[in-house]
Amino acid sequence: MLSGLLSLPWFIDLRLPYQLRWEYVFNHKDWFIDGLILALWMSFIALICGSVIGLICAFARSTGNRFLSIVVTCYVELIRNVPLLLLVFIFYFGLPQAFPRGSDERELILTLLPTAERTFTVALSVYAGAYLTEIFSSGIMSVSRRYLDAGRSLGLGRIGLARFVVAPIMFRTVLPSLSNTFISLFKDTGVAFFIGSRDLSFAANKVNTDFFRPIEGWAAAGALYLLTAWGIAICLRFAERRIKWSV
Amino acid sequence: VEIVWDDRDLLWQGLKYSFRLFAVVAILGTLMGTVFGIGLLYGNLVVRGILRAYVDIIRGMPLIVTIFLIFYGLPAYGVSLSQFMAIALALSIFAAAHMAEIVRGAVSSISIGQTDAAKSLGLTFWPRMAHVILPQAAPIMMGPWTNLAVDMFKATSLAILVSQADFLFSIHKRASAGGAYMSFYLAAIVVYFVCCFAISRAGALAARRFRLGVVS
Repeated sequence: MLSGLLSLPWFIDLRLPYQLRWEYVFNHKDWFIDGLILALWMSFIALICGSVIGLICAFARSTGNRFLSIVVTCYVELIRNVPLLLLVFIFYFGLPQAFPRGSDERELILTLLPTAERTFTVALSVYAGAYLTEIFSSGIMSVSRRYLDAGRSLGLGRIGLARFVVAPIMFRTVLPSLSNTFISLFKDTGVAFFIGSRDLSFAANKVNTDFFRPIEGWAAAGALYLLTAWGIAICLRFAERRIKWSV
Repeated sequence: VEIVWDDRDLLWQGLKYSFRLFAVVAILGTLMGTVFGIGLLYGNLVVRGILRAYVDIIRGMPLIVTIFLIFYGLPAYGVSLSQFMAIALALSIFAAAHMAEIVRGAVSSISIGQTDAAKSLGLTFWPRMAHVILPQAAPIMMGPWTNLAVDMFKATSLAILVSQADFLFSIHKRASAGGAYMSFYLAAIVVYFVCCFAISRAGALAARRFRLGVVS
């Protein structure tokens, strides 16, 4: 046992050794695998939706319109200074309760956000949108003046400039940040089990609550999170190198 | 608004818990992180390997995994910590891993000439660190440190997941008891925003003060 291998300090009491029993995890592999796929899927959707939000906000800010940029800054600062869990609560518990029972708005919200998974994905998208706005903004800023002048001299309008000059150059500079954001969103799905979304953390918590095996469940989930995050990181680094090459 | 104000005592209890947790985590995490960061740079092969594994593993997992493993794992092996200290330790372990990277980055950006100069003055390792390298690295660290502090304050809300009575817990409890969800959540947004904003402002101010005192 562990006590034989390690000489433990005095405050560790070995009268109650906890026997690790991994069969609780292996007998319920499907929970973990389904959860992992769901977590990846939720973070991927959140990345896509968040990128759309972020792109719109970043370009809205770059137009120089005072009102638009104040709105965008408020959104970004508000979301970035509030915990994700609170956002999730607002979307999951708050929004449907904000309107009286049976009203049209409430029905609409319940049709749009029918499940915990959907609600969490929406909350995560809004959360990701704020971070991605900052990323895209800095990407837009990094496009050098010379490219803009060159585009203008070719007769491109504002939309054309954004579409054909700023966007392609910006995407190359923000690509590493995008993959980092994807990984951190994937890790952020870890709090989703609290509202009953059946992702990887839900599987871990189920092993905890059903069999009182907190360590095995969470350690298995942690290992899966870790390996997946590293896997994603390696794949994306590889992809970035390929893309840099071909441009 | 009155509904929220009527519950101010309970909410204040929760907020105090969050503040206490944050204070412990900020101090413990910073200290551990600084030591680990120095170890990452100057330790021998074994120390470096262990710290690198620690930093990469903790940073690769969601914080919530660390919290659950510490919160349930330590008592399972008979380590008796209070619940508050268990979650504070979990958050500190997480913060220290990020802090170690910040310290490593800042210290390695100090030019090698500073080390050589300090050596030629006869300073040994720890005085050299304390009097020459770290004071110069501190202003560089302030920005990322402030971000980390804001993140850690937001992370104190995860205490609700192991049923600790933090601020989010008290908000959620009162919200679900009375059914006035939105007013409580909006109040929570305001409070979290004010706290996080105060932390980042304070960090920016401190960074400016720091920079004034440094000759580069």
